[in-house]
Amino acid sequence: MKIHEYQAKELLKKVGVAVPNGIVANTPDEARNAARQIGGKVVVKAQVHAGGRGKGGGVKLANNEDEAFAHAGKIIGMQLITYQTRPGGQKVKKVLVEAASNIVKEYYAGLTLDRETSLVTLMASTEGGMDIEEVAKNHPEKIHREAISPLTGLNAFQARSLVYKLGIPAASHARAVKFFQALYRAYVETDASLLEVNPMILTAEGDIFALDGKMNFDDNALFRHPDIADMRDLDEEDAKEVEASHHDLSYISLDGAIGCMVNGAGLAMATMDVIKLYNAEPANFLDVGGSADQARVTAAFKIILSDPRVKGILVNIFAGIAKCDVIAAGIVAAAREVSLNVPLVVRLQGTNKELGKKILADSGLTIIAAETLSEAAEKITAAVRK
Amino acid sequence: MSILVNRNTRVVVQGITGSAGSFHARQMIEYGTQIAAGVTPGKGGQTFDGKVPIFNTVEDAVKNEGANCAIIYVPPPFAADAIMECAAAGVSLCIAITEGIPILDMVKAKQFISKYPMRLIGPNCPGVITPGECKVGIMPGPIHKPGTIGVLSRSGTLTYEAVGQLTALGLGQSTCVGIGGDPVNGTNFVDILTMFQNDPGTEAVVMIGEIGGNAEEKGAEYIRHHMNKPVVAFIAGRTAPPGRRMGHAGAIISGGKGTASAKVEALREAGVTVVDSPADMGVTMAKRLGRA
Repeated sequence: MKIHEYQAKELLKKVGVAVPNGIVANTPDEARNAARQIGGKVVVKAQVHAGGRGKGGGVKLANNEDEAFAHAGKIIGMQLITYQTRPGGQKVKKVLVEAASNIVKEYYAGLTLDRETSLVTLMASTEGGMDIEEVAKNHPEKIHREAISPLTGLNAFQARSLVYKLGIPAASHARAVKFFQALYRAYVETDASLLEVNPMILTAEGDIFALDGKMNFDDNALFRHPDIADMRDLDEEDAKEVEASHHDLSYISLDGAIGCMVNGAGLAMATMDVIKLYNAEPANFLDVGGSADQARVTAAFKIILSDPRVKGILVNIFAGIAKCDVIAAGIVAAAREVSLNVPLVVRLQGTNKELGKKILADSGLTIIAAETLSEAAEKITAAVRK
Repeated sequence: MSILVNRNTRVVVQGITGSAGSFHARQMIEYGTQIAAGVTPGKGGQTFDGKVPIFNTVEDAVKNEGANCAIIYVPPPFAADAIMECAAAGVSLCIAITEGIPILDMVKAKQFISKYPMRLIGPNCPGVITPGECKVGIMPGPIHKPGTIGVLSRSGTLTYEAVGQLTALGLGQSTCVGIGGDPVNGTNFVDILTMFQNDPGTEAVVMIGEIGGNAEEKGAEYIRHHMNKPVVAFIAGRTAPPGRRMGHAGAIISGGKGTASAKVEALREAGVTVVDSPADMGVTMAKRLGRA
């Protein structure tokens, strides 16, 4: 799950990560009040779940409260287009009004799981404000790493080591060490999966601030963080994906014409791949899970069909614990309920497959049966091309 | 011969009285697995289906019934704790089926168990089966057939697909291992490839990878330098867009890393026959063994 910058900064501030003074605003008037309260120059920043906001015109410097009002008027309600948004952009609903900082130097700081060591790792670089993936590719020596033991947390010596490697001036050492250690606390205490501060800045006053804040969370741990779960902004997500999550379906929207319903994530990916081999494109990834019953199958059909680009559906089930007859009954009921009007190819394998096939054959519905994976892909791509 | 589990494996089921645990315990018993004990805290002293003794702790199950392998069906919030309990109790193999364990719980558990001589398979995996001898997992038993092909995979149903294809062609399996779809897991491709290479009962290996991480690349490195048995592989997720988690927590292309093409390339360079279509896993193995 992702959250907005202003929400990430609230969480960071709570555990002692220094952030500039800021107030979130929903309207230009609120932005004006926020600027007045903060005093001096402020930055007005669009709040969307995407990077590259500055280039897209979503971040503006205001010299006074009137300018803050004017900038907020332009930014709130705009469709902000960046390299990370959907093609049509993302509508801005809120801005963060923040005290402008006297930046001396920009750094990068980020925490994530290193899969090779199975340890959370703090990465820091002098190349702040840049696309860190580019830095990793072209100048890997400029990214410094500290692997963190879950038993001790980020030790002071590890934080110091990074501080020296970054060349942070002596007067700010203590503040930087405190910053890094607080950053790690923010990560573990919220069950984050990614925490990026880009840039982390050194100010003329010697402060170390998080000028930006990006946090993603481990969905599997949200049950113990109801406060963070409440920060979810459904407007930032694909409506079909949100609907799918209500039915415990794992669904991802793609660009093609063939809707897929599969049990198991690996088989679902493999089914998409095989469609591609027959020169067609999948419309989605959809894992109905191991316990697919009629209700879930129906919900899955409805979500797939709500995508107007879908010209045909491929159902691929390899039943282990789930039973083909139960799934077949679900498919028949669902196809009737949604009055299916695109070609449907169904492949059933595994437990009770003969019973399942009989249910489909006896249903009176035009269901194209397939025995193997290639046959299924061949039949659905042919049916869609007709 | 086989790896990890065989007819002598004595299994303790953690969470045996839950809905998943009880259903699969019965399935495993039906397959012929020796279910030595069950564990559900608070229900020690009872029996499961009138024949399997239930204990409060894994330690008691090990002491009283000589259990040497644990399978975990405990719900996600408590599963990491259950894994650590197995290690401390002296179990030598722990197979964690549970899907959805918080990542940071697994980071801690992995550190904790590193001090013990226990192998963890999973979490978020279908388990391990040595056909005809022992099933410790949730896979459908009847699609398997005893034989000489080792199967290892990060995915559940895609493993069934591979096994189904092999069995249909008359190619039985020595052992099938699901290592799981999570970013932090106990056992990787290299560990299992090493076991298959050293197992006289395994003649060739089907390896099924997917996008995310670099476990497949490391497996390729091992194959190149240490394996002389034929390997056929498939990598799922060639059509997956970057930055999106494809169901499994570990199946994500991030920072330009973990792409299917990089994995395919690494495997091909190591002499592995990588199939483009998941429908061709079985037939390609048959050809490679000259039995098509």
